Formats: sequence, structure tokens, C-alpha cells
Amino acid sequence: MDNITEDNFENTAIIVSDGCCVQLGNLQVLDDVTFSINKGKKVAVVGPNGGGKSTLFNAIAGLIPIVDGSLKIKGMSPEDARGTISYVPQKDLINKNFPLSVKQVVEMGLIDRKSLNLFSRKKINIKIKQALENVGLQDKIDENINNLSGGQFQRVLIARGLAQNADILLLDEAFSAVDVGAQEDIMNLISDINLDGKTILIATHDLNNLEEKFDEILCLNRHCCAYGDPSKVLTKEVIEEMYGSHNEMFKYHTTESHSKNND
Amino acid sequence: MKCLSITRQKVTAKIMIEILVEPFKYEFMTRSIITASASGVMLSLLGPFAINRNMGFMADAMAHATLPIIAVGVFLGFSISELGVPASILIAIFLGYIIKNSNIGEDTAIGIIFSSFFALGFVLISLLNVTINLEDLLFGQILAVSSFDVLIVVGMCFVVVLLITIFFKQLLFYSFDPIGAEVRGLNTNFLNYLFLVVLSVAIVASLQTVGIILVLSMLLIPAAASKQITDTFLSSIFVSIFFGVTSSVAGLYLSYFYNLPSGPTMSLVATFIFVICFIASKLRKVKI
Repeated sequence: MDNITEDNFENTAIIVSDGCCVQLGNLQVLDDVTFSINKGKKVAVVGPNGGGKSTLFNAIAGLIPIVDGSLKIKGMSPEDARGTISYVPQKDLINKNFPLSVKQVVEMGLIDRKSLNLFSRKKINIKIKQALENVGLQDKIDENINNLSGGQFQRVLIARGLAQNADILLLDEAFSAVDVGAQEDIMNLISDINLDGKTILIATHDLNNLEEKFDEILCLNRHCCAYGDPSKVLTKEVIEEMYGSHNEMFKYHTTESHSKNND
Repeated sequence: MKCLSITRQKVTAKIMIEILVEPFKYEFMTRSIITASASGVMLSLLGPFAINRNMGFMADAMAHATLPIIAVGVFLGFSISELGVPASILIAIFLGYIIKNSNIGEDTAIGIIFSSFFALGFVLISLLNVTINLEDLLFGQILAVSSFDVLIVVGMCFVVVLLITIFFKQLLFYSFDPIGAEVRGLNTNFLNYLFLVVLSVAIVASLQTVGIILVLSMLLIPAAASKQITDTFLSSIFVSIFFGVTSSVAGLYLSYFYNLPSGPTMSLVATFIFVICFIASKLRKVKI
């Protein structure tokens, strides 16, 4: 926020959470979560299992209600902002039994309530090709999705969001079940997309080199433990707050350990 | 010699045509073939959606849950076809609501409805002293369909095909990625109930063709057979419809010429097609 005035900040903030609380049944999954994400930022959402990463994504996507506080997407309620968000859920929530082609999946980004036809129009085909070119999969347009690697499938789902021209991409556990090379591919791809001003939130368990990959980091454990520049906020205390007794496993990911290594 | 061969071919073709046309001499067979084809189209159009969404058990429950409605309806003087639309809508909405709002798990909820409704149907048949031939109800009695039944079944088939065509892309999106579809702004609640109602309509409309027990075979087997030999979802639907209609009509012909029960014969023809497709698929994989 160095040279940005308060007014400018308000204009560029695309997701603003102010004391947001979410309850699932009797369980308070998110408690008093406050942060503000600016347009075009690449944000890693980290935290333990059950820490509320997916719940936060569901709240941003308008799938579950906020019980207290507020959550605004482009100044609108999450329900009203639907259509400006593309959500890539965790893999096991997608039904890959359907023998769909890459083209059919990308086309879903262009389907809305008015899509009442069986066949695709020429204009739609052009948009699908452009989206696939952006993710480097233009030669896989007719490939069955079940023949793709985990990384390629993630890229297809990102292409779906690009075809939709969504302002915000939510990727829940995008790096699970993909190898290191595929992770690198996805990150490079996301860096390119970012140039178009899209805001990207990725829920991840991988704390390696976060400061190289992301602009900001949101640390969650039911509440917001920290939010900001990854090289500054990932302190020993924050990691302990997130992972409790397991924090020793992450001692090499703290900002302190990075500083020592650099010295 | 060549002339003799041509004459032989002509005679064979003539015999084939006579065999194909013979059942049409009887009005009841014409009615049956039209009804069987309509059921074949409806069920095998929905089959690929049902098998890929693992909805076989749900479809079976829908078929069985019709029994109490049929019992009360027949007691009040309605035919199964006349009861079709209201019964199917009621069952679909009820099943959809229970599954969504109970916390006992989808399979358990379906199992409870399946068995309790079926049991209630038998108790009502006994209590109300309803004259229903249970064998016909369980295994179908297509040869008894009236002209009015034909109209209703063909009408329902038209509605099912129309609704699936109109909402095809939205239904596919919802079936593949329900969360992504909801975030995109699709009315997923509507799409869920739409599919349940359409599936229920197709099942209830086909009860007279193949009966409560065998309706599942006409829904799942052509779709499963087509999945063995096709690569895309759209082609699997077209091939499934072709297999569904072929099984229905071929089964009816076989039951006519060999005096076999029509519903089970259709079911067995569908199974025969599945076995051929299964073997063809395995052979193709071995070659690759």
C-alpha cells in the first residue's frame, strides 16, 4: 500500500473481508476474518486441514452464507458477484466419469442460464481456442480429459475460467496430486495470466518458496493468523498459530530461516 | 447361375420383409412397437447421465416407489399411463428433498424410501382389494397398451427429449462440476430437480413396457454398452438411443415369434448387446 491513497486502495480492492464469520452446523469454521485483496494479486491461502481454506473459497463464491461481518466482491455481495468468479474445486468434487473433451470443459466457462442449445456456435469456438492457446493446450482441444495428466487437467480448468473472462480465479488445492514439474508449469501459467489483471487465490499446503510464487499470503486457522507479503508474515509465531504442535515440520519455511540462509 | 443367385436374394429379402411386417397386421402389435420405441428412446437418452452420475440405485427406487401411487390410482379408476406424470413428479420431488435434507447418507435415504414405498404398495393393494396383475406390473405387459396409453407415452417421450435437448449443456456442466456450475450462476437446484423429474417421467412412462423390476435394465444397459465403444459423451448418447430402440423392438419381435414374455426378452436383448460391446472393447484395447 506504499504510495496508494485510501481512495485508490478502495478502488482497487477486489475482495474485502471485514470480520467475516462462517458457521457450518454448530461449528464456527471462520471467525472474524479480516483482509483486503487488491485487483491483480496472486494470493496463497495456507493453513492446516480444517483451517477454513475451502470454506473461505465457498464463502467468496457465494456458496455458503456469512453469519456475521461482511464479505464484498467488487463491492457486491458474493451471491451477486457470481459470474465474475471461476472456481476450480478440489479434484474429488469433479465427476470425471463423463467422457468429455477438453473443448467441452472449456466451453462450460461460456455456459450461463441462457445457454439453451445443443450445439456450439462459431463465436464460442473461437473463444475456446483462444483460452486453450493461453494455457498452451491448443493441440489437445479434442482430447478426452481422462487422457490428460493432473497438471494438464488443472490447465484446462484454468482455461475454462479464462474463457469465462472471470476477474477472480479460485483454485482449491490446485497442487494436490501433481508432480513438481506440473506445479512449476501451473505457477508459470498463473504468472502470465496475472498480467491481464486477474486476481488469483490458490489454497495450498505447500509452503516452499511462497515469496517467489505469490504476491501475498493469507494464513488461516479458523481465523486470520496473518495476511501480507510472504517474506514478512510467515514468522515462527504465525506458523505455530496455524499448525500448533506440528510447527517444527515447517521451521525451514519461516521468514527467519530464509533470512539466515540469505546471510 | 448368376440369375439363380439374384432370385435367391430376392426371395430372402421378401421373406425378411414379410417377417418384419407380419406383426403390424395386428393393431396391438403396432401400438406395442410404438410404445417400446418411445420407452427405448427416453430411457436410453437419460441412461448415459444416470450411469455417469451413479444414479442406478436412485432410478430403481423411483420405479419401486410408484407402487403405492399405482395402487391408489387403480383403486380410483385411473390407468398406469394416466397416473404417470403426477406420480413421477411427486416421487422425484420427494426423493430429491429427502436426499438433500437428510443427514443419513444418500444410499441409506434411497434404500429406506425404496423398500418402505414398495412394501406400502403391496399393503395398499391388499387393503384396497385392487385388481392388479402383479406379474404384469413387475415385468411389464406391453401387449395390453391402449391407443390412449400410446399417446401418453409418445407425448412424454417428446417432452423428455425436448427438455434434455434444451438444457443439455447446463445439465452436463452441473453433472460434471456442480460447484463450478453454481459459481458460474446456473440454477443448480432447478437443474437437479429437472433431471430427477425427467428421469422419473421416463421410468413411470416405461412401466407398462418393461415393468418395475426391468425398467432399470433399459435405463442402464444400453448406456453401459454404448460407453464401452464410444469416446465422447455426445456419441455415447446417440449410440445408447440406437441400442435402446433396437433392444426394445428386437425384443418385441422375438417375444411375438417365440411366444416369450416381452419385458424380459427386451432386457435380455439389451444384455446381449452389452456383452458384444464389452468383448469388442476388450479386443480393441488388446490390439492397441
